[in-house]
Amino acid sequence: MSAVSTPREPQIPKEHYLNAGYGVKSWLLTTDHKRIAILYLASVTFMFFLGGLYAAAIRLELVTPPGDLVLSETYNKLFTGHGVLMVFFFMIPTIPAVLGNFLIPLMVGAKDLAFPRINLLSWYCYVVGAGLVLVALVEGGLDTGWTFYTPYSTSFSNSNVILAGLGIFAAGFSSILTGLNFIVTIHKMRAPGLTWFRLPLFVWAHYATSIIQILGTPVIAVTVLLVAVERTFKFGFFDPARGGDPILFQHLFWFYSHPAVYIMILPAMGVISELVTCFSRKKIFGYSFIAASSLAIAVLSFLVWAHHMFVSGLSVYASLIFSALSFLVAIPSAIKVFNWTATLYRGSVSWQTPMLYAIGFIGLFVIGGLTGLFLAAIGLDVHVTDTYFIVAHFHYVMVGSVVMAYMGGLHFWWPKITGRLYPEWWARVSAAIIFIGFNLTFFPQFVLGYLGMPRRYHYYPPEFQVLNVMSSAGASILAVGYFIPMVYFTWSMRYGKVAPANPWPATGLEWQTASPPPTENFAVTPTVTEEVYDYTKPPKEPVFV
Amino acid sequence: MSNAHSSVLRHHFASLAQQKDASSLGMWTFLVQEIMFFGGLFLVYTVYRHQYYDVFAACSHHLDWKLGAANTAVLIFSSLTMAMAVHAAALGQRKATALWLVLTILLGGVFLGVKTVEYKEKFEAHLVPGPHFLAPTEAAHELKIDASQAGQAQLYFSLYFAMTGLHALHMVIGIPILAALAWKAWAGAYGASYHTPVEMTGLYWHFVDIVWIFLFPLLYLIGHH
Repeated sequence: MSAVSTPREPQIPKEHYLNAGYGVKSWLLTTDHKRIAILYLASVTFMFFLGGLYAAAIRLELVTPPGDLVLSETYNKLFTGHGVLMVFFFMIPTIPAVLGNFLIPLMVGAKDLAFPRINLLSWYCYVVGAGLVLVALVEGGLDTGWTFYTPYSTSFSNSNVILAGLGIFAAGFSSILTGLNFIVTIHKMRAPGLTWFRLPLFVWAHYATSIIQILGTPVIAVTVLLVAVERTFKFGFFDPARGGDPILFQHLFWFYSHPAVYIMILPAMGVISELVTCFSRKKIFGYSFIAASSLAIAVLSFLVWAHHMFVSGLSVYASLIFSALSFLVAIPSAIKVFNWTATLYRGSVSWQTPMLYAIGFIGLFVIGGLTGLFLAAIGLDVHVTDTYFIVAHFHYVMVGSVVMAYMGGLHFWWPKITGRLYPEWWARVSAAIIFIGFNLTFFPQFVLGYLGMPRRYHYYPPEFQVLNVMSSAGASILAVGYFIPMVYFTWSMRYGKVAPANPWPATGLEWQTASPPPTENFAVTPTVTEEVYDYTKPPKEPVFV
Repeated sequence: MSNAHSSVLRHHFASLAQQKDASSLGMWTFLVQEIMFFGGLFLVYTVYRHQYYDVFAACSHHLDWKLGAANTAVLIFSSLTMAMAVHAAALGQRKATALWLVLTILLGGVFLGVKTVEYKEKFEAHLVPGPHFLAPTEAAHELKIDASQAGQAQLYFSLYFAMTGLHALHMVIGIPILAALAWKAWAGAYGASYHTPVEMTGLYWHFVDIVWIFLFPLLYLIGHH
């Protein structure tokens, strides 16, 4: 530690988790959380590009008003495939299973997650689920929409509902096991001195996420199981012909699937908290409010599901209550946005790629969040239900916010994960391309929806063509924006400049070990003596290497 | 003793106490997940029972409450033997642990056997929902309901099979785990300082037992006063 004064050329450490073994077995049977994160990274990236292909086909079809590229049935399968792949196999696992898996043990100063073998099992659940869904999609497809509404899904659809349902069931357990591991790790594995209020906000966000995963996911698991049983054995849980209630299915479905949105966004918010404070060189504003707002969002997430059902036959009183509760979600969300903004104020802000994504996130999340308030208002919601307004809204939250945060986080921690730097110029350019492409794709959809274009149809009146062409053009720009990082990330794994242990430099225990970290994470068990995010002091050299 | 410690302490934990704490919180979290998993089904049950109370009561009379009650006793007794196994493991009683576990397995087997008999009766009486369910007029006669309510009777039996089936599945998963524990207990794997697997499996087994304690009155005793 006396050598702080003479900066040396960074070197890849001799032994680290990546060169701990090269065989197929050393990956497929690994219990190292860092390697499992890499397995997840590869799998979710694959599913993301596959889901992207479906999106490309949809946008291509919508360039012209008549349905001239695919049949109506095929179009149904396209948007269903896109939704199922993106929601269950990319958005829900991506940040927790990749970044969370890699970082949480490092951030809490532990050698691994509490249950390494269960962590591996969760990846296998994911793979089995993905495999079943891929078979379902290839062998004739699925046409129920990602929402599986009954009785269409149970009695009428001629597509592979059972197979896809079982796939989602398996993926659900992958998510539950990840959440369980995080909860136990955060409670029981923190390094000496690492009190709850010294934890990075990334960890708080994942803790809140895990609670939703544990409480929500089992409900959709049993619900898709009931749909599969009803289809297979002709049982009648939701069959109106036998007195069953299809709306009950919707309640059960959204009881999970609304909180699922927070399974996606909370980890994203955790990433943003890390990025904003690091690139403002300033202590985060309102630490405890940001931490508590994550928990508040987790609690509220379970009280708002029926706002998806304002036109499904909900009573007026129930609608009013769910509308009011939905407005409440805006409070903790706004607390976060205000705190991030206040952190920027008078900070020494620098514009490296992760920060570009973070700023992009804040802007897009504000639009996505505020349009969510439009939809919580019953009158307006009835007007725009099942239109492109909804599609635009949730893409602003899911793609505009979550994917932005994921990309920001991936760039931020890439040097830690791989020990190499990505090319900064290309990264900034592609961040800009993604921002422009995203807005061009989805902003016109707000207008389209408000004017009355319904979702899930591939015919539309000719006067909507200009906006649809804008959207499709934006989608192709967005595709380029996602493709470039794919190339330079792959390139940098071999040819990128060697990263120092703490390149930004940032606070947090993960930066206090080597890049890439050794299998055991820290050579010495870290001891924590101060709060995280203390950017007032000069950056420390890594001490736990 | 210290050797026994190091062999069961996994590398990423600092101490056996921390390892045990983690296992126990993990198991409890898993059980919370299980509550929500069964919770979905209980919700569906509650809604339909409220909506079609008379049909549910009539169908409930068609279940054999004596078999159900006997099975309840069997399961409660198996929880006792399970608790004894945990106790014996904590005392380091190798053979007693294994024997209590085997007894638990046997009781679980008895439960599943009785359940099989009940399922068989339902199959033979055409009370399995779907195309082979009793025709509306037969259902009206057999279950003492209106012919127009035959569909709702199918809802009841759908829930009966789903809820008891999911419960039975949990037992089917539990039994091989108990068998593995019995094997390892016999081999002397557990003692005063380390018997976490027995304790955790005990929690699971008690949970499955408690689910049945709810299922029995909800399914078998509707409308019995």
